[in-house]
Parts: sequence; C-alpha cells; structure tokens
Amino acid sequence: MCISGSAFAQTPQYSPHIQVLAASCAACHGTDGNSVGGTPVLAGLDSLHFIRQMKAFRSGERPATVMQRHAKGLTEDEIVGLAAFFATQPRVAGKLPPSVKLEPSHDH
Amino acid sequence: MTIDRRNFLKLGSAAALLTGCSPLLRAAGRPKPRVVVVGGGYAGAAAAKYLKLWGGNTVDVVVVEPSSQFVSCPLSNLVLGGSKTIDDLTFSYAALKKNHDLQWVRDSVVAIDPERKKLVLGRSDFGYDKLILAPGVDFIYDALPGLESDAARKQVPHAWKAGEQTVNLRRQLESMPDDGVFVMSIPKAPYRCPPGPYERACQVAFYFKQHKPKARIIVLDANPEIVSKKGLFTKAWADLYPGMIDYRPNSAVIEVDVAGQTVMTEFESIKGDVLNVIPPQRAGIPAQLVQANNIDKRWCEVDFLTYESMVVPHVHIIGDAVSAALPKSAHMATSQARVCANAVLAALTEQPIDASPVFANTCYSYVSDHMAMHVANVYRYNQAKKIMLSAEGGGVSDAPSELEADYARYWAQNIWSDVLT
Repeated sequence: MCISGSAFAQTPQYSPHIQVLAASCAACHGTDGNSVGGTPVLAGLDSLHFIRQMKAFRSGERPATVMQRHAKGLTEDEIVGLAAFFATQPRVAGKLPPSVKLEPSHDH
Repeated sequence: MTIDRRNFLKLGSAAALLTGCSPLLRAAGRPKPRVVVVGGGYAGAAAAKYLKLWGGNTVDVVVVEPSSQFVSCPLSNLVLGGSKTIDDLTFSYAALKKNHDLQWVRDSVVAIDPERKKLVLGRSDFGYDKLILAPGVDFIYDALPGLESDAARKQVPHAWKAGEQTVNLRRQLESMPDDGVFVMSIPKAPYRCPPGPYERACQVAFYFKQHKPKARIIVLDANPEIVSKKGLFTKAWADLYPGMIDYRPNSAVIEVDVAGQTVMTEFESIKGDVLNVIPPQRAGIPAQLVQANNIDKRWCEVDFLTYESMVVPHVHIIGDAVSAALPKSAHMATSQARVCANAVLAALTEQPIDASPVFANTCYSYVSDHMAMHVANVYRYNQAKKIMLSAEGGGVSDAPSELEADYARYWAQNIWSDVLT
C-alpha cells in the first residue's frame, strides 16, 4: 500500500468549505466545473486566470450579468480556494440527462 | 499518475483498513452505512449524487421516489407560453442511477420510525443509518372550500408541480374564448419559487398577445405587493403586455365556485373562463409523517450546518420544505443538498464538516419567449445567528434581455446535467 503515501502527496486537499462552495457553482457551470455548454468550463482553468476574472467581476472592470453578484459575495480566500479547486478538476464532457416523453400517469 | 478524489477516498479507506486507525475499520465487519434519500426532485437527486461523488464506496445510497420521471418546474411556465413543451422538461433518472451506483426504489413513504431508523414504504421496509428527506411541497387545500375533489382540482389546476397539471392548464388556455378572462391566484409567501407566479402572468400574456389579443389576465395576489423582482415585472407587464394584466394585491382566495367558474376573495367574486389557483403550501408529506414541519405546522426548522431537523434527531431535511430566509428555488435546493451530503458523510466517517457554509442562488424569470432577467445572491452562514444570510453584492437585473435568456437556458441545462447525470 505504498501508493497511499503518494496519493496523499499528489491529491490536493480541499477543505470541506471549498468543496461545498465550489459545488454551488454547478447550477450554471456543471458538475466540478464541466459545463455542458454556454457558460465557461471551469474545470482545468488556470488558477491565476480564474482569480483575475473574479477580481475583474468584483471591480466592475469585466462587465457581467450575474457574475459580479457572486464575485462580490465571496472572500479573497474563497476565490483563491475555488481557483485551486477548479484548476485541478479533470475535464470531462458534461452531458445532458436522457430526455423522455411525459408519461400520462405522471401527476401530482 | 493523477488520482481523483473518488479514487483517493477508495485508497484512503483501504489504507485505513490496513492501518486500523480509522473509524471505518469498525464498519468492516458489517455492511456499509446506508443513507436513504426520500424524494428525487432537485434536492433529493443532488443529495444522492453528491453522497456518492464525495463518499464513493464508503456509503450505500438508496433513493425513494414514486415517479419514474423527473419533470422540471423551472422553465415549466414556458409550456404555458408555448415556447417549450412538457417533453422538453422531462427526463429519465437512468443516467443518474447508473453513473452513481444508486439503489432506486420506486415507491412512496407510508411511515417513518426515527427511533428505530426504519422506513415503511408501500411495498417494502427499509432500515437506514442516515435519512435525508427532500419532500418538496404539499398543497394546503383546507382553506380553499370548493376544491376538495380531484375533479375540482383538475378543472382548476395549480400547475405548480410540473407535469400533467401544466399540460392541463395549457390546454385550457388554448380552448379559452378569444376574448376570455384568465384568473390566477398567488398564495401568501413563503411558497415555492417566489418570482414564478409573476413569470406565469408574463408567459400567459405572451401566448394571449399572439393568439388571443383581446383576452385579459386577472392576478389575485394574497401578498401586499409583488414578492420578487417587483420593479422588473411591473415594467415588463406595462411595456410588453399593456392593458392585459390586471394585478390586484391583498387578494387572497377564500373559496372557489368550480361550477360557476368563480373565485371569491374577502372583497369580491371574480368570474373567469380559465381559473388557476396556486394554493398555500407546506413541507411535503414525508416531513409531515415525522412531524418535522414545526414552524407554523408548515415548514421544517433545521440546523443550517447539517440540515438535521431541530425537532427530530437524525432526520435531515432539504429543499423547499425547509424554513429559511432563503428563496425556495431549485438552485437553493441543490446547494442545501450538498451541504447536507457533506455533513452526513462527515458524520459517518467522523471527518470535520464545513463550519461556515456559503452558497449561491441564481434564478431567472422569462418575460417572453426570448427575454429573461435574474435575481442572484450569495448566502453565508452567520455564526452568531446560526442562519444563512445574504452576502454583499446580490440583486436583480437592470432589465430583461436576450443575453440573460441565453444564460437562463445554460442554467437549466447545467443544473439538469448536475442533478441527473
């Protein structure tokens, strides 16, 4: 089990705070930042770029529809933590769930 | 070699078994802890997925959900407007189940014994180590005489849970006379989806404007004013649908005469060709079964670090059923689900939990088929008050736009992907 030692060395340790906070971004940016389209893919994004964009949203230097609201609600430490989290997420293609026709029995 | 978190957890637990220094060792002789999630809506589906995503093989997850399909409430007002069909919003659970190795039980909860940690379902019984209820909302018809029967509720639909009810209301709007009157009512807040009723007025107006320009809409609101995005909706109604929407605040529906197609408020009786009464709401039935709905006998008080009920130990509650100063939205439901999933896993493995959760809410409303607007906030746990409070920077759009309608679509696609794959 010598691999467990190297696993500790290689696997970034996210605090539960950053892990849970990062997951809140999924509604618009997909699971672990793997957007299905439209919004930017955050998985694998360079952490410095992430931090710069968030700061630009905060200051208004980069105009946005909603991102300025989210950027202003976070602390600097949280932005740095999120940058590290997303930078280390593997890129996988986000997928839409399988569409089906509404069953007539589906009623509430 | 890169090792993702899931594999890391697997390796970690294997290493723990060998070294004997982890509480997981104690579980080695018996089955893995079992978490049962009741409800497969936004909150329940997200909780189940993230329990497995973060917990990997350390936990068994069972989902109990009576429906075979997921129908999205967000965007369902567009079915009334005609720019979406219900099938556009209907999905299978197949990918979620398969990708995350979830045990899926298509059944309803009949009884819960929180002391023995046992669930009685329609066709089987289930023991659990942790129970998460994502029960959604239940409609309170007690205070709406006239709507007792199923037939009455079909003729006067709520269409506040997407599915057959939505299709029913759309059909009624289609067969309404061209100069007819559509009457809809809004319950006192809190209710599911604060801006939803006002978006609905926009969507019905959008349909009328194209197909029945002489038709009118009467909105009876039990609240003293528009609950969410007030300025934006007022302006959208005036700009896009002038003269079509008659908004009446402080107008709670107290009775419905179904045969006479009339709704009564304290002050007046209003006849309509199509009626849509959105009843007041409370936590869904599974939460009522354990009497976790301790606030006004409607909503569930929870610990915002774990979403454990404040009155029923070891039962966690997430989503619209929770009593909170948080909007009852799909995004909020998924955020609560993930805080809860993290806390439940932390308790099972004796790991530290997030002691100061922060999450975001983004909610879009469509004012037509191609224009939308947002409300967005970050919410932060307040240590002193022990509740989630709005952080700085939140707010609403300056105006609806086509760009935001694109983002609303991306939001929907990504949240569907997040909770259902």
